[in-house]
Amino acid sequence: MSAIPEVKPAKSYKPRSRDVIAARVAADIPEGAYVNLGIGLPVMVGNHLPPGKEIFLHSENGILGMGPAPTKGEEDWDLINAGKQPVTLLTGGSYFHHADSFSMMRGGHLDICVLGAFQVSVTGDLANWHTGAPDAIPAVGGAMDLAVGAKKVYVMMEHLTKTGESKLVKACTYPLTGVGVVSRVYTDLATIDITPEGLAAVDIVEGLSIEELSRLTGLPVRAPK
Amino acid sequence: MINKIVNSIAESLADVKDGSTVLIGGFGGAGMPNELIDGLIAQGARELTVVNNNAGNGEVGLAALLREGRVRKLICSFPRQADAHHFESLYRAGKVELELVPQGNLAERMRAAGAGIGAFFCPTAYGTDLAKGKETREINGKHYVLEYPIHGDVALIKAEKGDRWGNLVYHKAARNFGPVIAAAAKCAVAQVYETVDLGNLDPENIVTPGIFVQRVVKVAREQALKEAA
Repeated sequence: MSAIPEVKPAKSYKPRSRDVIAARVAADIPEGAYVNLGIGLPVMVGNHLPPGKEIFLHSENGILGMGPAPTKGEEDWDLINAGKQPVTLLTGGSYFHHADSFSMMRGGHLDICVLGAFQVSVTGDLANWHTGAPDAIPAVGGAMDLAVGAKKVYVMMEHLTKTGESKLVKACTYPLTGVGVVSRVYTDLATIDITPEGLAAVDIVEGLSIEELSRLTGLPVRAPK
Repeated sequence: MINKIVNSIAESLADVKDGSTVLIGGFGGAGMPNELIDGLIAQGARELTVVNNNAGNGEVGLAALLREGRVRKLICSFPRQADAHHFESLYRAGKVELELVPQGNLAERMRAAGAGIGAFFCPTAYGTDLAKGKETREINGKHYVLEYPIHGDVALIKAEKGDRWGNLVYHKAARNFGPVIAAAAKCAVAQVYETVDLGNLDPENIVTPGIFVQRVVKVAREQALKEAA
């Protein structure tokens, strides 16, 4: 009987890069979808949309059919995205005022929105607008409108905080953005559906077992079908 | 003959009173009516309640109005920005009140004001800190929060072209809050780069019909606005 335990490397898997997560999200966006990409990490999804598919990007400040950033020197500061960076308009795109834009968001007209998050709960609660720090200047923008209004709310985030705590939690400790709104979470470790029966992995990064994923998450995660 | 075109910014803002609620267009720098705001600073009105999506950028427009100490209260969705330092220092010093409103509620509350709606139920913010203390209702199995309109005394709008009946068209995404605040205020003042003869704007393409606009004033096209990166 061997008394010497096998020494395992610290990690048997390589977490997905932000670009790989963005590409994974993009792969779930079908042709013809009306999509809002939240500021921060989700903006990267735009770089991975397949060029052959027609997908309509919505920007809350009043653009449908938003195109990529202009070449240097071609910026028009009347044509910016939600992050206030210059963008372009695709042929066939349109402009509209803020009440119309938020009717699109709140009235259930957007098929998908992709948001960043501090935490997502097992019941789909979303916390992404405020850390709760007492000295922080509160700012919410359109986050709460997107959370309640889009047909599907996808979250794109790192699975763990810098100190190793799961961002998928039993109940959010950060202030909520919306209650029971998230349908799917894309992380550097896995793609996970929020279901009435709990968390269900759709795919897991290679080399990571479902047991280890559940342990890191601190919650049971069902294996992919 | 009806002529809503006034000769100067000073004339367009002469009757703004202390304590007024001023709805200001713009999303970041796009659509921010900087010339009208400069005119409001010169006019001198104080103790203003200002409604804008943000809290000013750099040293121009709303940031300058805040810097000059004219704003008592800001109703706003996203005041936190690297270059919103005037707001930040006033807020931390307790010199300006903040009502934080989800962006869709900000737009819809002003739309409601312009449309004569007394209040509305909306799902945004249900179950969050921003709905605390507000009336809620379950309608067909979904939870809603009661929201009230935001009426303005004055609206300051940046448009591209206007005519003497007050019809307006905008430029790209600078439109943002313009058409909404025009209807929500008792007196909507639009700065335009071009005033055109009646009939020059295609009636199929007029974005804000003149009924919502009381004054139009022409301003010179500024040098391309430098935006803080």
